[in-house]
Amino acid sequence: MAESIAELIGRHPVLEGLSPEDVEQVAGCSHNVVAEVGEVLFREGDPATTLYLVRRGQISLEVHAPGRESLVIETVGDGSVVGWSWLFPPYRWTLTGRVTATLGAVAIDGNCLRGKADADHELGYVLMRRFAAIMLQRLLATRLRLLDLYGDGAGG
Amino acid sequence: MALAAEAVPEVRHPLTPLRYRVVGKRRETEDTVTLSLLPLDGPIAMTKPGQFNMLTAFGVGEVAISISNDPAADEPLEHTIRAVGAVSSALCQTPPGGAVGVRGPFGTDWGVADLGQSDAIVVAGGIGLAPLRGAIRALLERRRPTGKSHLLSVVVGARNPSQLLFEEEMLAWQRAGAHLQVTVDTARPGWSGPVGVVTDQLARAPVDFATAAALVCGPEVMIRYTARTLFDLGMPRDHIRISLERNMQCGVGLCGHCQLGPWLICRDGPVFTYDLEAEAILASRQR
Repeated sequence: MAESIAELIGRHPVLEGLSPEDVEQVAGCSHNVVAEVGEVLFREGDPATTLYLVRRGQISLEVHAPGRESLVIETVGDGSVVGWSWLFPPYRWTLTGRVTATLGAVAIDGNCLRGKADADHELGYVLMRRFAAIMLQRLLATRLRLLDLYGDGAGG
Repeated sequence: MALAAEAVPEVRHPLTPLRYRVVGKRRETEDTVTLSLLPLDGPIAMTKPGQFNMLTAFGVGEVAISISNDPAADEPLEHTIRAVGAVSSALCQTPPGGAVGVRGPFGTDWGVADLGQSDAIVVAGGIGLAPLRGAIRALLERRRPTGKSHLLSVVVGARNPSQLLFEEEMLAWQRAGAHLQVTVDTARPGWSGPVGVVTDQLARAPVDFATAAALVCGPEVMIRYTARTLFDLGMPRDHIRISLERNMQCGVGLCGHCQLGPWLICRDGPVFTYDLEAEAILASRQR
């Protein structure tokens, strides 16, 4: 039997442990998505309206520079999440997201969720704590990569 | 009556290199080669995965390089060398048929034989995969009483896809049963693997972190953050083994160039258990 959106959300590592009421709130803004390799989910500069809870597969985050080939700066895989731009003005994607392994995800409507978080600050705080933890993890990973650890003279 | 002359075993001075012939040379990346070596003056002692030799580029100098194959295998001694200085560049430029000097083996090893029935996760960054290659091969050889191999998870990080070592061999490890995750810091579109740091991949390794052992080698910052992530995933501190690198010169604990806190890396390492003392020493600023 297919799992409900609420069940998928409740079991996702990022939102696991949320109260059933909070899960229902999030589920009310969500739908299931499947995307194939090569599909572009969002493009840099476009309005950002979605948060993706990745259940399986992989999304590569690309940045473009005029006259240069695109660079993949990060990938997001099973059990992770992508898309914060709907949280902050001007609500536009800052990167391009392309599917690089067949994707199964829960897509959460950012406008809807922002509205619910504004109306229910406890829900907003719970969600923000979850999202901030991932942002912190990504910030640390970015800092480590800034060190260019594998550059000249590094490693055993 | 004249005494019969007793055979006196030859004792080689540990500071005297033996000549080895380069019998094979394989380019791994733009700046890294693997040299296959056979002895000209007799072999060095049997080595274990994780140990290192001092290699001489005659007329240029000597440098510590990890042994990069499984010494128990019936094959020439192999060293994977990245050209980062005068000596390592000269070694990389040595052609097949040329000679290099070898002293060793020195230091502690990965202790693969001690891992017994444990599953293992190997985490390598950059050129740090070279000292782990022999251990990975040895770990793949372990078999349970049922004949089934033990679970081995290999997590490899590199600057970009062109900097990956042993690409074909990694696929062979995968075919032999290893769970393989390869991640790079940056990539062009078309790279289908993960982009990010190795620590992001660890949670996906299909091992029981509470009982598995970890072998970690790479840049020291990577080692520290990898160890912290492994703790967070439930791995006991004493299950983590790391390999460190310093300015090894004599290889036998005499010159002191490779001192790190109370340790001489050439003698007490390069492989250490990541215990509280190790963590404190690596977190300190002494170098």
